[in-house]
Amino acid sequence: MQALFSQLLVGLINGSFYALLSLGLAIIFGLLNVINFAHGALYTCGAFAAWLLLEYAGVGYWPSLVLAPLLVGLLGVAIERTMLRRLYRVDPLYGLLLTFGMALIIQGAFSLRFGWSGQPYQIPAALQGAMDLGFMVLPYYRAWVVVFSVAVCAVVWFQIERTRLGALLRAATENPTLVRAFGVNVPRMITLTYGLGVALAAVAGVLAAPIYPVRPMMGAEQIIVVFAVVVIGGMGSIFGSIVSGFALGLVEGVTKVVYPQGSNTVVFVLMALVLIFRPAGLFGKAA
Amino acid sequence: MERWLRGWQPFALLVAVLVAAPFVVYPVFLMKALCFALFACAFNLLLGQVGLLSFGHALFFGVAAYAAADVAKMWGLGTLPSVLLATLLSAALGLVVGAIAIRRQGIYFAMITLGLAQMVYFVCLQADSLTGGENGVQAVPRGTLFFGGIDLNGNLPMYFFVLAVFLAGFGVIARATHSPFGEVLRAIREHEPRAISLGYEVNRFKLVAFVLSAALTGMAGATKAFVFQLASLTDVDWQTSGEVVLMTLLGGMGRTYGPIFGAFLIVALESYLADFGGWVAVLRGVIFVVCVLAFRQGIAGTAVAAFKRGVVGAKK
Amino acid sequence: MKRFGVLMVVVALAAVGCKKEEATSATTAPAAAKKSVKIGVLTDMSGLYADLAGPGSVEAAKMAVEDFGGKLGDLPIEVVSADHQNKPDIGSNLARQWMEVDGVDVIVDVPTSSVALAVSELVKQKDKVFLASGPGSTDLTGKACSPNTVHWAYDTYALANGTGKAVVQAGGDTWFFLTADYAFGQALERDTSAVVTASGGKVLGTVKHPLNAPDFSSFLLQAQASKAKIIGLANAGGDTINAIKAAHEFGIAKGGQKLAGLLVFITDIHALGLETAQGLNLTTAYYWDRDDQTRAFAKRFAPKVKDHMPTMVQGGVYASVLHYLKARQALGAANASGAAIVAKMRELPSQDPIFGAGSIRIDGRHVHKMYLYEVKAPAESKGPWDYYKLVREIPAEEAFLPLDKSVCPLVKK
Repeated sequence: MQALFSQLLVGLINGSFYALLSLGLAIIFGLLNVINFAHGALYTCGAFAAWLLLEYAGVGYWPSLVLAPLLVGLLGVAIERTMLRRLYRVDPLYGLLLTFGMALIIQGAFSLRFGWSGQPYQIPAALQGAMDLGFMVLPYYRAWVVVFSVAVCAVVWFQIERTRLGALLRAATENPTLVRAFGVNVPRMITLTYGLGVALAAVAGVLAAPIYPVRPMMGAEQIIVVFAVVVIGGMGSIFGSIVSGFALGLVEGVTKVVYPQGSNTVVFVLMALVLIFRPAGLFGKAA
Repeated sequence: MERWLRGWQPFALLVAVLVAAPFVVYPVFLMKALCFALFACAFNLLLGQVGLLSFGHALFFGVAAYAAADVAKMWGLGTLPSVLLATLLSAALGLVVGAIAIRRQGIYFAMITLGLAQMVYFVCLQADSLTGGENGVQAVPRGTLFFGGIDLNGNLPMYFFVLAVFLAGFGVIARATHSPFGEVLRAIREHEPRAISLGYEVNRFKLVAFVLSAALTGMAGATKAFVFQLASLTDVDWQTSGEVVLMTLLGGMGRTYGPIFGAFLIVALESYLADFGGWVAVLRGVIFVVCVLAFRQGIAGTAVAAFKRGVVGAKK
Repeated sequence: MKRFGVLMVVVALAAVGCKKEEATSATTAPAAAKKSVKIGVLTDMSGLYADLAGPGSVEAAKMAVEDFGGKLGDLPIEVVSADHQNKPDIGSNLARQWMEVDGVDVIVDVPTSSVALAVSELVKQKDKVFLASGPGSTDLTGKACSPNTVHWAYDTYALANGTGKAVVQAGGDTWFFLTADYAFGQALERDTSAVVTASGGKVLGTVKHPLNAPDFSSFLLQAQASKAKIIGLANAGGDTINAIKAAHEFGIAKGGQKLAGLLVFITDIHALGLETAQGLNLTTAYYWDRDDQTRAFAKRFAPKVKDHMPTMVQGGVYASVLHYLKARQALGAANASGAAIVAKMRELPSQDPIFGAGSIRIDGRHVHKMYLYEVKAPAESKGPWDYYKLVREIPAEEAFLPLDKSVCPLVKK
């Protein structure tokens, strides 16, 4: 029983990363119809940005939480304006291939400069140490990860689903011409949306830096699971991806206790099942 | 131009070049290129003809490699029977995967194939009695052909075996492409609803194409296992799936000979830059980006277009 | 129809080609005129094991060539290197190309057992020499032994015998293993389990993790749940560092469990810091501060490698290359077969500043003294890299698997 609770808690922590990352992916896909294969690489950028800020500018964890996503978000904006924008008229498959290529470039560049092994990044002083829960010892930082992710997801979801700005964004994807007729600068909205999605990936990266080794392939290690999460949640559904992310973390935790060898594959098995029985995803709108 | 390309002359030219090549170039490099060329051509059958981008094709490549390696090592089955068995296994796997994936189109299809391939990767990592886990299946015997008549341990005999396998597979793909079956596939890619309204059982055609593509990919993978005497996790890795997409994109999607150029070029690039491993990754990404933004027809497509322009210009 | 005809022509040519192949010599390497002696350092340049081997190993090989005089007879000696990225297929392709096309005579280092096993097989086929100072699996001198391979520095038996036995005797009699899921990790777990059970202890369970795992929290929780007194880390390099860091975070020590790092290098301690690593027991063949000779070697080595002290793997590259060159010189012939060179290496006793006196057995195992150290507390250390205090010297006969227990087919019973 103790083992179950502790693995569930660890699973929830992993789930936080899945949720944050799939949120960014779902926003980009739902609103731009682009599969952002570079999402994992941009998450890596966020982590490296935090490390570089600390190493060369002495900027600590807390300011990096805001600064790194800003910087990486700007990178995202640059990518969208110079390259992605040209592909909106052609088969969406090309968008996928472009972002895949970008991911290779970013990962390759980092590995050239820093090698494949991890850079050290310390847990911020305020969050060091752990609390004894009886059935396990939970490091404060990992608890913070869960709290922060839930907060960010909640705020973003609210912004998109419940505010006027969010409504405009959603309308712009459904019918850009009409929205443009209302005087709204649609291309700029699309750029900013991509930037937002990328910034979310970067924030997840900063969150990961103290506990996961900061290395070029860290994004690649996560990204495919995150894709599966988005498929399970329903590819355009913001709420679906958040819920699925956390849920999947928990499911993985249970699997590690019941059948440890299956913990890596359970997400894909779930994805296959969802696709067979509910192709639009758990919360998605039928295509 | 198009009709000439469909004829026997380009094929004969290709064969002549490939037959002469191992006497000039390191055969093992050529064998690797040929295996990947077959892989890319099989992949192109799905992408170029039907318009389905599978991001998980390494699953067939790698599983077939493991199967052939295991069967040759554990049961002492000969090289050719092992390759054939692995091909059949790939086809069966293709049937299962295709049945799940075909239901969706476009990006969803890509995501599904990626997910399924990743699942297979982890299964291969766990099933170490069959796959050796991180070690891979090592010391796979190259074996012999024709009941011991030809020893495949030498690089030249092995090369010609690989060449024969490649030509056979390529022949099947070319035949499927330039046939009524291929016409229907292209019709599906162009406008699926119209094909349905014409009465074609679209899903069945897609599935057949998928199974064919999977089978020939498996054949390439199994052959590769014998060339390098090793089957490892790299063969089922999603990076390998990405590589074959790159080769096809670079060579020319939908062109019959395109992927061959793409495969040779990429394998040559990696070989040449082996000392600068880090740069290879970046270069792959750059090629992807450049191809997608400015070079969507690939080498073969651009060459044909340029030739046509030249001929038309001259005729004026 | 035309295509079928072409296919038949190809098959016919294939038959001709095969006959031609048989007519030429058995070796595929261009054996013509040997222009130089080439040493190939096949290592991990930028990944998990880059610090304990990597560029340092290349420098060590160059130092050995320098100390030997730079030439063998009137042939210059060249050192080439490549990155196998810890992947068996990349490693074996590089090795094959080196031996078939580039005329490399001897391959050294290879700090990943799965790659080493593949390379050893290839080297035997091509009759070259493999000096393995990086990998740990006892299979290299066991069921996969070869007359062309010499296993230097350490192996999983020596580690199990050193660290494993010492920990059990100090009271750590229940174990749980965290194992890297490849040849080395599996061998280390197997050999240490044997030592633990033979010494009266019990193995309560194991969990396998993929190489280069990003997160150890769930594995450590399983280890915690087992309530074993000792959590054995059957992994190396970056994996060991990450596991120890995570254990620190999750307060494993506070729960009364101790970590046993079965293969730990001085570069790992440097990355972890004495605060985290103090008290760790480890077995090694080389510590830079052991005696005057080891210190002298380290002094020459460090400036070339970012002021890092050499590890036993890098030292092993130096020692093995030196001994190889001496043996080849004694043999005289310019084109000696790999097996013949290794036989000569077995004949001559070895002597170097790294391992002191040593010798090579029929199974390819280089035997020398091993040393059990404990990591100092921060207060005990006088400066950077002053990390170890000696616990026990293990004589050569005791350190390695006795020949009568060997499963190597070359050992005559």
